Amino acid sequence: MKNTLISCGDITLGYENMTVLRHVSFELNEGDYLCVVGENGAGKSTLIKCLAGLKKPMEGEIRFSDKITRRDIGYLPQQTAIQRDFPASVREVVTSGCLNNSRLLPFYTRADKERAAKHMAELGITELAEKSYRELSGGQQQRVLLARALCASNKMLILDEPVTGLDPIVTGEIYSIIKEINKKYGMTIIMVSHDVGNAVKNANKILHIKHTVQFFGSTDEYVGSKIGREFIGG
Amino acid sequence: MLEMFSYPFIIRALVVGTLVSLCSALLGVNLVLKRYSMIGDGLSHVAFSAMAVATVMNWAPLTVAIPVVIAASYILLRFSSTGRLSGDSAIALLSTGALAIGIFIISMRSGINTDINNYMFGSVLAISKSDVTLSVVLSLAVLALYVVFYNKIFAVTFDEPFARATGIRVDFYNMLIAVLTAVTIVLGMRMIGALLISSLIIFPAMSSMRVFKCFRNVVICSAVISVACFLTGLTVSYEYSAPTGASVVIINMAVFAAFCAADYIRGRLIIHQDHSR
Repeated sequence: MKNTLISCGDITLGYENMTVLRHVSFELNEGDYLCVVGENGAGKSTLIKCLAGLKKPMEGEIRFSDKITRRDIGYLPQQTAIQRDFPASVREVVTSGCLNNSRLLPFYTRADKERAAKHMAELGITELAEKSYRELSGGQQQRVLLARALCASNKMLILDEPVTGLDPIVTGEIYSIIKEINKKYGMTIIMVSHDVGNAVKNANKILHIKHTVQFFGSTDEYVGSKIGREFIGG
Repeated sequence: MLEMFSYPFIIRALVVGTLVSLCSALLGVNLVLKRYSMIGDGLSHVAFSAMAVATVMNWAPLTVAIPVVIAASYILLRFSSTGRLSGDSAIALLSTGALAIGIFIISMRSGINTDINNYMFGSVLAISKSDVTLSVVLSLAVLALYVVFYNKIFAVTFDEPFARATGIRVDFYNMLIAVLTAVTIVLGMRMIGALLISSLIIFPAMSSMRVFKCFRNVVICSAVISVACFLTGLTVSYEYSAPTGASVVIINMAVFAAFCAADYIRGRLIIHQDHSR
């Protein structure tokens, strides 16, 4: 049975008068794990920003099924320079993910706090709760941002290069956490990655872009395809 | 020293100054973290220009300046968020431009050099009774809005893309911060001075960030520092007959230096402990 959650219908993306991506169409089902791969400047981050609702497509549209709305998306953006020296405790950052659920309330509810505590425990950062975000290692910071994204949604996660700048061991840990989130909660994952090796190991679908769609399909098909072999090999 | 409280103008300065210090300290944490430290400087120059026009036309200075400065902060934010001008150059353009217009207009009428001096460097005598009422009402409104929207302001300051993706109205909250800042600047600049008011935004936040690591503590500490420095500065200025604005800023500098030293000593102690293990 097909259970389409999100579908992109022939979207074109760009900035002012420059087009970055053309004619992108794909569909995702509930529980899918999609990795978006491609070279630098291929338009991966632009596509992700559009899916997360930060950017409007120039043409075409993104349709969500009635099971999901924009508010059901947990987003893990690339880190910004501001965050590196931001004084905030881990608990404060994680709890801020609950804000979309209590949009009219000025303060966090008990349920919000429990939700934050639950996700901190799942990601093994409970002991860090009162620590300052800026004093954590890169891997710990990504766990904090993942916990925050989980507070925001239990249906879909969009991740923009979550392992950039992390060492191979920590990268492996982050990948296995994401895999577990996908398996355990059946959450749909969309992730941009530079690391095509780990992408094909974890995802069940691959979208390879270079100014337009080069490949979209299951990971097995991608590994067997010409473009897939070239990209993984080189 | 207690006799200073027998002067009504000191009481007025005390009330307005305490509230403005509180507002500027809270907003300052967000502005410094968002890399908008100099927005206060730019806006105070616009306020100077607006007050110059009001003086020449014989209008009430505060009622003219507040809407003008709110408009200026809106324009500043628009320009820097669309990426057509970077934040710091936009502020520099606005502040020098506004200053030039203000000086040009005020020079059309001779004999108001005292007014220029008062607006530039501040004066406790400049606050009238009607100013006090307006200042109290507006600064209480700033405080109330800050408290009510505290969590969302935190989310927007820490991570704008995430906040936007989860459906928080980021533009609205950025605008709110800008409007609150504009009001605070106008209320504070008559006492502290157009050239010095931005220090009220920057110093308390920078000092408390040296020592505290979590956002809520930084905000609380910054508010305490700001009010304490204002009260000390006001007393010092009374004792030595010095300008209030300058005295408050000097006290803030001293506190900043002390907090830097405390942070440094704590860092050394941690290294020392690690070595002796």
